[in-house]
Amino acid sequence: MTDATLENSPYAFVRKETLPQETAPLSVAGPLAWVRANLFSGPVNSILTLLCVYIVVTTVPEMVRFYFIDAVWSGTNRDACLADKIGRPVGACWAYIADRFQYFIYGSYPVPQRWRVNIVFAMFALGVVWLLWERAPLKKVGLFFFFVMLPIGAYVLLLGGPNAEGFLRWLIILTLVLMVVYLVLSFVPALARFWIGPAFLAVEEAQPPWKRFYRPKRLILLSLVVFGLIAILADTIGLPRVDTGLWGGMTVTFLIAAVGIVFSLPLGVILALGRRSRLPIIQLLSVIFIEFVRGVPLITVLFMANTMLPLFVPQEYSPDRLLRPLVGVALFAAAYMAEVIRGGLQAMPKGQYEGAMSLGLGYWQMMRLIILPQALRIVIPGIVNTFIGLFKDTTLVTIVGIFDFLRTIEATLVDPTWATPTTRATGYAFAAMFYFLCCWGMSRYSISVEKRMAAGQKR
Amino acid sequence: MPTETVQPGKASLLYDPKIRGYVYQAALLAVVGFLLYSAASNAITNLRAQKIASGFGFWHNAAGFDVNQKLIPFSASGSTYGEAFYVGLLNTLLVASIGIVLSTFLGFFVGVARLSSNWVLSKLAMIYVEVIRNLPLLLQLFFWYNAVLKPLPNPRQSIDLHFFGLGWPSPLLTGLMAIAAGLAWLLYKSSDRLANSDRDRGLVKLVSGVVLTVATVIWLVYSGILHVVSSGFLLNNRGLYLPDPQLGPGGSLIVWTFLIGIVASIIFRVWARKQQEATGKQYPVGWIALGLIVVLPFFVYLVTGRPVSFIYPEIAGFNLRGGIQIFPEFVALLLGLTTYTAGFIAEVVRAGILAVSKGQTEAANALGLRAGPTLKLVVIPQAMRVIIPPLTSNYLNLTKNSSLAVAIGYPDLVQVFTGTVLNQTGQAVEVVAITMAVYLTISLVTSFFMNIYNKRMALVER
Repeated sequence: MTDATLENSPYAFVRKETLPQETAPLSVAGPLAWVRANLFSGPVNSILTLLCVYIVVTTVPEMVRFYFIDAVWSGTNRDACLADKIGRPVGACWAYIADRFQYFIYGSYPVPQRWRVNIVFAMFALGVVWLLWERAPLKKVGLFFFFVMLPIGAYVLLLGGPNAEGFLRWLIILTLVLMVVYLVLSFVPALARFWIGPAFLAVEEAQPPWKRFYRPKRLILLSLVVFGLIAILADTIGLPRVDTGLWGGMTVTFLIAAVGIVFSLPLGVILALGRRSRLPIIQLLSVIFIEFVRGVPLITVLFMANTMLPLFVPQEYSPDRLLRPLVGVALFAAAYMAEVIRGGLQAMPKGQYEGAMSLGLGYWQMMRLIILPQALRIVIPGIVNTFIGLFKDTTLVTIVGIFDFLRTIEATLVDPTWATPTTRATGYAFAAMFYFLCCWGMSRYSISVEKRMAAGQKR
Repeated sequence: MPTETVQPGKASLLYDPKIRGYVYQAALLAVVGFLLYSAASNAITNLRAQKIASGFGFWHNAAGFDVNQKLIPFSASGSTYGEAFYVGLLNTLLVASIGIVLSTFLGFFVGVARLSSNWVLSKLAMIYVEVIRNLPLLLQLFFWYNAVLKPLPNPRQSIDLHFFGLGWPSPLLTGLMAIAAGLAWLLYKSSDRLANSDRDRGLVKLVSGVVLTVATVIWLVYSGILHVVSSGFLLNNRGLYLPDPQLGPGGSLIVWTFLIGIVASIIFRVWARKQQEATGKQYPVGWIALGLIVVLPFFVYLVTGRPVSFIYPEIAGFNLRGGIQIFPEFVALLLGLTTYTAGFIAEVVRAGILAVSKGQTEAANALGLRAGPTLKLVVIPQAMRVIIPPLTSNYLNLTKNSSLAVAIGYPDLVQVFTGTVLNQTGQAVEVVAITMAVYLTISLVTSFFMNIYNKRMALVER
C-alpha cells in the first residue's frame, strides 16, 4: 500500500503545518540594517558618517536660529536690528530686506514710473511661460513674442521719451505696411515667387487666400496689438524718458540676461553655421571670433566694451553706459552659444543633410526647415546651461559700475540707515536665495527637458 | 521610344555655388574690413581729441602706486608700469595654480563622495554641489571677503588656531581611548564567534564599530595631529599669519634630500613598471616613495641637528611682526575659486566614473581584484578619458575667473593692469589688448598641453 500521506504517516517528526514566518534578521532588513549598510559599513565609512553628522549638527541649528528664530521681521531703521536696543540676541535682519525690497527690484527708477517696469516684467513672465510650458499653444508666435516683441516693447516702455515714441510710431507704420503687403500677397500669390520656391508656391496656391501665409498673419496681428497697447499707454499716461543711469536692481539683472539670450541665440546660430561652413574665409572669421572670446575672461570683455567701445564709434554716437556691457555680454554669450549649437549640428546624421538636399532645398531652407529645428532641440539642455552661466555672469557688470541686483545689495550694505552687525549676512542670504531660485529652477527645467526627450528616444 | 537626355547645361552664373561662395566671402571680408577700418580711424580721431598718446611708451614710465602682495620687488617710487604688469601676472598665475591644485583635490573628493554608499556623505556632497553651482561666483567672493574675513578681529585679538584652544591631551585620556579602541576592534573582529544569530552579530558589529570609530577619532585628534599642524597660526582681519621657517646651517641639505627623494621615486616608479612588465614582479612603489620623500628628509633633519627653526608671528604695537602674512584678499579669492570650481569638477568626476560600465568593475572583481586595485587599475583610468577634456575647461575657467579678483581688491593682472594702470594712463586699447593677449596665451598653452595628455590617455582603437 502506498497511500502514505502526511495525515496517516506513522512518523511523528514530519511537520504538518508551516511555521509562522520569522522577521528578517536585523542585520539584513529594517532601519538598523539600513543604518549599518549606508552609514557604518566599515571603519572609514563610520568616521565619515560621524564627521558629516558633526558638521550638520553644528551648522544647521545655528543657521535656523540665526535666520528664523532670532531674526527681526519688522522695523523701519537699524534700531530694530541692534541687540542692545531691543534687548535680545539678533539674528538675520529681514526688516532691512522688507524696507529695501522696492530698491532691490527697481533700483533708482522713479517711483511714479515703476508701473512701466511691472508691465515689462509681466511681458517677460508671459514670454517665458509661453516658451517653457510644453503644451502652450502657438509656440512659434511665442518665439516671435519673446525674441522680437519683448525687446522692442521693453526698450520703448523702459526708456520712454520722444526718441522711443518716434521709434514706436515708425514701427507701427512698418507693421501696417507689412499687413498691406501680406494682404496683396495672399490674393496674388504669384508675386511671392521671389522668396518662396516654385514648389512651395504650388502648395500655397492650392489653398484659399485667407489660409495662405498664415504665419505672418498671426505675427503681424500680434505686433499690431502689442504696439497699439504701448502706443495707447504712451498717449494716455505718457512715457517720460527715464535715463539708464536710474535703472537698477533685478530689472537690470533680468534685462542683461534677457538681452544676452535674445541676441546670443541667433548670433550663436550664425557663428556655429559659419564655423561649419565650407567657405574658408567665413569659417576662419567665425573660428577666430569664437576662440578669441572664449579664451578671455568676461571681465576683460566688459572692460573692453566699457573703455574701447566709445573710442571705436564717432564721438556723437558714443554708446550709453548701460548699452556697453549689454553689447559685451551678448557677444560673450554668443561665442559660448555657438559652441553649444555646433555640438547639435555635429550630432545631426549626414542623412538629414542628404535628405534635405535631395528634396531640392537650398542651404538656408535646409538649415531653417530640417537641420536647425532638430539640432536646437538636441541642445536645449546645453542652451539652458549656457543661460544659467550667463545669468550668474550678469553680476560682473557690477565691476564696470552698473547697478544690477548684487550691486544694489552691496550699496545698501554701506548705507548707515541699516548698518548693523547682521545686515551683511542677511543681504547676502537674500541675494543667494534669489540667484539660487533662478538658477536652480532653470537647471531643473533643463533636466526635465532632457528626461522628456530621452523618453522619446527609448525603445 | 525617344530618350530624352538632360543636358546639365551651363547654369547661370547667379546660381553657381562656387561663384556664390566667392561673392559671399568677399562681401563678408568687405564688411569686416570696413568695420575694422572705421573703428581704427574713429579710435585715432577720438584719442587725438582726448590727447592720449598711443603706443607702448607708457611701459617704462614710473608707476607711482604700491601693491600689497608682490612676488617680485615693486615699490611706488622706483617701479614702472611694465613691472606692475609682471606683478599682476605673477599674482594671477599664483592664485590660479594653487586654486587648480586645491580644487582638483576637493572636486575629486566631492565627486566620489556623491557616489559613496554612505548616505549622509552623498547627500551632503549633493547639497554642496547644488548650492555652489547655482550661486554667482562674485556673490561667493563677496561672501568670503566681506562676510567671513573682514569681520575677523583686529591683529591684537588675533584668533590663535593653535590646537583650537584645546590644549595638550592628558595621558590618562589618551590611554583610555587607546584601550577602548583596542577592545572595540577585538569585539568587531570576533563578533562572528561571540554571537549566535545574525541579528546579534549585526548589533555587536554596529556597537563595536561605533565605539571604535569614536575612540579612533578622539584619539587621533588628541594625539596632537592638530598641534603639529596648527601651532603658530594666527588669523585676523589683516590675513592669515604662518610661522616663517628659517633654515639653519645644514638646512639646505634637507631640501636637497627632499628634491632628490622626489626624483629618485619617479625613477624607481619607472623602473618598477618596466620590471613588472618584463617579469610580473610587483614592487611596493608607494612605500618606497614615502620613505624617500618623507622619512629620509626627516632622518636628515634629525641627523643634522634639527636645523629648521620658525619665526612665529607676534603682536607688536597694533600689528603683527614676523611670520608669513597671507593677505585676506588672496585667501578670499582662493577660497571662492577653489570651492566654486570644485563644485563643477565634482560633477565632471561623477559623470566620468558613472561612464565606466558596471561590467568593468564586475570583471575586475571576477579576476580577484579587491576594491582598491579595482578603482585604481580599472575604473579610474577609464574614467579619466571622460574626465580630462571637461576638467581642462574647468581649469581654464578657474584661471579666467581669477580676474574677478578686481572686485575684492586682490592685485591680480586685471586689478593692477586693466584697473590701476588703465586708469592712470588712459591707454585703453593697449592695456586691454595686452590683458586679453595674456589670457588667450594661457588658454591656448593650457589646452595645448592638456590635448597632448588627452591624446596619451585616449582609447587606442583599431
